Amino acid sequence: MEITVRVNGVPQTRDVEPRLLLTHFLRDELRLTGTHWGCDTTNCGACVVRLDGVPVKSCTVLAVMADGASVDTVEGLAHGAELDPVQEGFVTCHGLQCGFCTPGMLMTTRALLDRDPDPSPATIREAISGQICRCTGYENIVRSVRWAAERTQAEQQSEVAP
Amino acid sequence: MTSIDDSRIPGVQDPAVQIHAEAETPRGYGSMKRKEDARFVRGRGRYVDDVVLPGMLHGAVLRSPLAHARITAVDTSAAEAHPKVHAVITGETLAGLGLAWMPTLSNDTQAVLATDKVRFQGQEVAFVVADDKYAARDALDLIDVQYEPLDPVIDARRALEAGTPVVRDDKDGQADNHIFDWESGDSAATDRVFAEAEAAPDQRVVTADILYPRVHPAPLETCGAIADMDPVTGKLTLWTTTQAPHAHRTLYALVAGLPEHKIRVVSPDIGGGFGNKVGIYPGYVCAIVASIVTGKPVKWMEDRSENLMSTSFARDYHMRGEVAVTDEGTIRAVRVDVLADHGAFNATAQPTKFPAGFFGVFTGSYDLEAAHCAVTGVYTNKASGGVAYACSFRITEAVYLVERMVDVVAHDLGMDPAELRMRNLLRPDQFPYRSATGWEYDSGDYPHTLQVALEKAGYEALRAEQADRRRRHEAGERVRLMGIGLSFFTEAVGAGPRRSMDILGLGMADGADLRVHPTGKAVLGISAQSQGQGHETTFAQIVAQELGISPDDVEVVHGDTDLTPFGLGTYGSRSTPVSGAATAVVARKVRERARIVAATMLEVAPEDLEWHDGRWQVAGDPEASRSMAEIAMAAHSNLELPEGVEGHLDATCVYNPPNLTYPCGAYVCVVDVDPGTGAVDVRRFVAVDDCGVRINPMIVEGQIHGGLADGVGMALMQGIAFDLDGNCLGGSMMDYLLPTSLECPSWELGETVTPSPHHPIGAKGIGESATVGSPPAIVNAVIDALAPYGVRHADMPLTPAAVWCAAQGRPLRTDLAIT
Repeated sequence: MEITVRVNGVPQTRDVEPRLLLTHFLRDELRLTGTHWGCDTTNCGACVVRLDGVPVKSCTVLAVMADGASVDTVEGLAHGAELDPVQEGFVTCHGLQCGFCTPGMLMTTRALLDRDPDPSPATIREAISGQICRCTGYENIVRSVRWAAERTQAEQQSEVAP
Repeated sequence: MTSIDDSRIPGVQDPAVQIHAEAETPRGYGSMKRKEDARFVRGRGRYVDDVVLPGMLHGAVLRSPLAHARITAVDTSAAEAHPKVHAVITGETLAGLGLAWMPTLSNDTQAVLATDKVRFQGQEVAFVVADDKYAARDALDLIDVQYEPLDPVIDARRALEAGTPVVRDDKDGQADNHIFDWESGDSAATDRVFAEAEAAPDQRVVTADILYPRVHPAPLETCGAIADMDPVTGKLTLWTTTQAPHAHRTLYALVAGLPEHKIRVVSPDIGGGFGNKVGIYPGYVCAIVASIVTGKPVKWMEDRSENLMSTSFARDYHMRGEVAVTDEGTIRAVRVDVLADHGAFNATAQPTKFPAGFFGVFTGSYDLEAAHCAVTGVYTNKASGGVAYACSFRITEAVYLVERMVDVVAHDLGMDPAELRMRNLLRPDQFPYRSATGWEYDSGDYPHTLQVALEKAGYEALRAEQADRRRRHEAGERVRLMGIGLSFFTEAVGAGPRRSMDILGLGMADGADLRVHPTGKAVLGISAQSQGQGHETTFAQIVAQELGISPDDVEVVHGDTDLTPFGLGTYGSRSTPVSGAATAVVARKVRERARIVAATMLEVAPEDLEWHDGRWQVAGDPEASRSMAEIAMAAHSNLELPEGVEGHLDATCVYNPPNLTYPCGAYVCVVDVDPGTGAVDVRRFVAVDDCGVRINPMIVEGQIHGGLADGVGMALMQGIAFDLDGNCLGGSMMDYLLPTSLECPSWELGETVTPSPHHPIGAKGIGESATVGSPPAIVNAVIDALAPYGVRHADMPLTPAAVWCAAQGRPLRTDLAIT
């Protein structure tokens, strides 16, 4: 089947098997290997991307279901050389170790901050509770997201200041 | 926005954002941002499955649905006829090449692809190579294997009974399921103390049966490989998920008969290891054979069920612990009997002379008169392994045993477990301390470390709160029961002295090479293999500290056997103790060479120079000094150097550790248990670790956080159980539960620092301390919470069902699906 998916703002048209998973479409067809695969059963969240803005587990979405939709992956998160605040937060607060869960965590927490710019630690934990990190014990991920929230707020305040 | 009840979720007590690394890059030690993170947060890490080679084919493994069955026929013709299939490899194919069986890390043999019979559910039977991974999977369904089912051996406690089927009938002279007997300590002396304790009116023997269940490391990235045999040059490049690239290269040379210099093992970014990626798995070997057969690169990546069901498990120790103790609480001796379930092949990863790993440190942190343990290993129809899942070679089991037993003693004596521990801990003046089983603990101040933890936790206030809760519970109020659990652990990490420690004959030393380029920028090659530990940062900091340069100016190369010196890799918390030491030593060698060059530059004798503030300086003349960058340029220039000095600025070293390092820690866990449902919430976790000198405290704390989460998983959630037909009941993440952000509290860390006296920079390993130390603290807390129900012990994982059953007085057996 021919599908067109807008990936990180760029339309991509491919002829794919109907059974192809979105995660494999991104990784194997488009060579966007930042999106990972970890479990088969929608438990681990290493494959989270945003489908029309909503975080989804791309191992549980068929590529053909994304036909006509927008998909955002970790590769599109930074603005050129400038990191998104969540990326900077993860680096600053040691929110990653092996890095395998990181792209999914970044996409989920970016979506969280888009709808709640000042989430409590409990809200952050709820937001990432469908994703597994085997390295960090989660605490530094929570701190990373709080860092991103506070940094964004501080920047916005300095922009409105005279 | 969904509203969240903050009080329900752990982690809200500590809202402060701790920023470790915003400061400028330190000169040497100190928290700094990790160099590797720039690629990871951009999705530009390079894991094995991200690698695509031209013309690459994809492999998939057909696995046994049965735990024990004879293979009577394998028909691959339909699979071979699939238009996208290039080859189908069976046990018979491999037998023709002499590769149907391979040696394990414990000098046993393991089937690569089954020939005679299958010995566990999920065992490898055939390997398909196709154009893409979907086609390879399709073709697996076209292979017809005829099985003749056999009775499986599932209950380890019955594996040695007469009449039990023999799992390993392939081995000459193997008439039962016995693998080994191993013991440690002085049996006669221990028995004497126990006899005295039994006879004395004011002493007693405390006994408990304790299971450390089978678990799986489950790194988020599964195992896999890409084999690329170049038919022209004869060179095999193997991209693979390995924690020990050099050891793997040597083993491939020995197993497959390939010349070692024609094998290049590349271990790129690794998505977590935790011991799972120490061994060599059949899929790797099949990928190599497939590349040789097809003449093309072949990628094989296992799926999650394959990872959980077939690659190396950990633990599975059935332990009986006995403690001889006075009624006043002086622990005199410990005696342990262990039945170790090793699965179908003895593939445990540990030094050769230690078939039970370092279980011999079961004497823990206490001053004992005598101790003895006996371990018997048995075969069963389960996946093989016994890997160091962040356990430092079975120290997890040892620490769990002794720390659980101390709490059972406290229970039986009616003593406070903190007081009992404080009474028996080793004193600082006893170090270096030779334990009753012969281990020489290097340093520590145990009472101080425990005291710091108790104060940080507010131990007395916690006990007061607990007493109040219990009163309310007894008055019939519906309250959650509160439990407080302690553990004090001693780790033994950094294997190890090569005279006593080797893996398949390879001594456990590690190399380092350091080259300082003319402009003063350095490249360090190491044999350790990061799986997320941050070696590219920490090891750069060690060099920076020794040479007076910035860590930003040091590039750390690892994970490529063509580019790095030989060494045994990263597991058992050995990177900093061994490779870190090698790095410090090689940097000091370079610094000494730099001294000669600086002396020539300054026209003084080398002994007139002193190392001051990162520069070689003429003693008493701060104006006359040279930086490493100035020296490096001179070392590569036309400067006339003294006779015998070669110039340039580089060195190599091999570090053979004189002893292990012995980190320690005191942990306090607070849980709330709902007696109606058995649900456990970890409310607080205080961890005070002593790992000697901390190179990058941010990374050290991250290592501890991760290990604590693992402890929550093992204590409360993770367990690979089997039904009596041998079906694996933990074969997916739906069934094998790993801790999420909701089960983990906001960790509260503290530290004490007792440098290792024999390590060049005083550091000790830290990677596994928290995984070793946290399970007993959590279990002790849950059992403590259940005191009103008279519970003395219950086995992990303490799921709600297990807790509820324990409270009803009929604790579950958690290794089997039986009641």
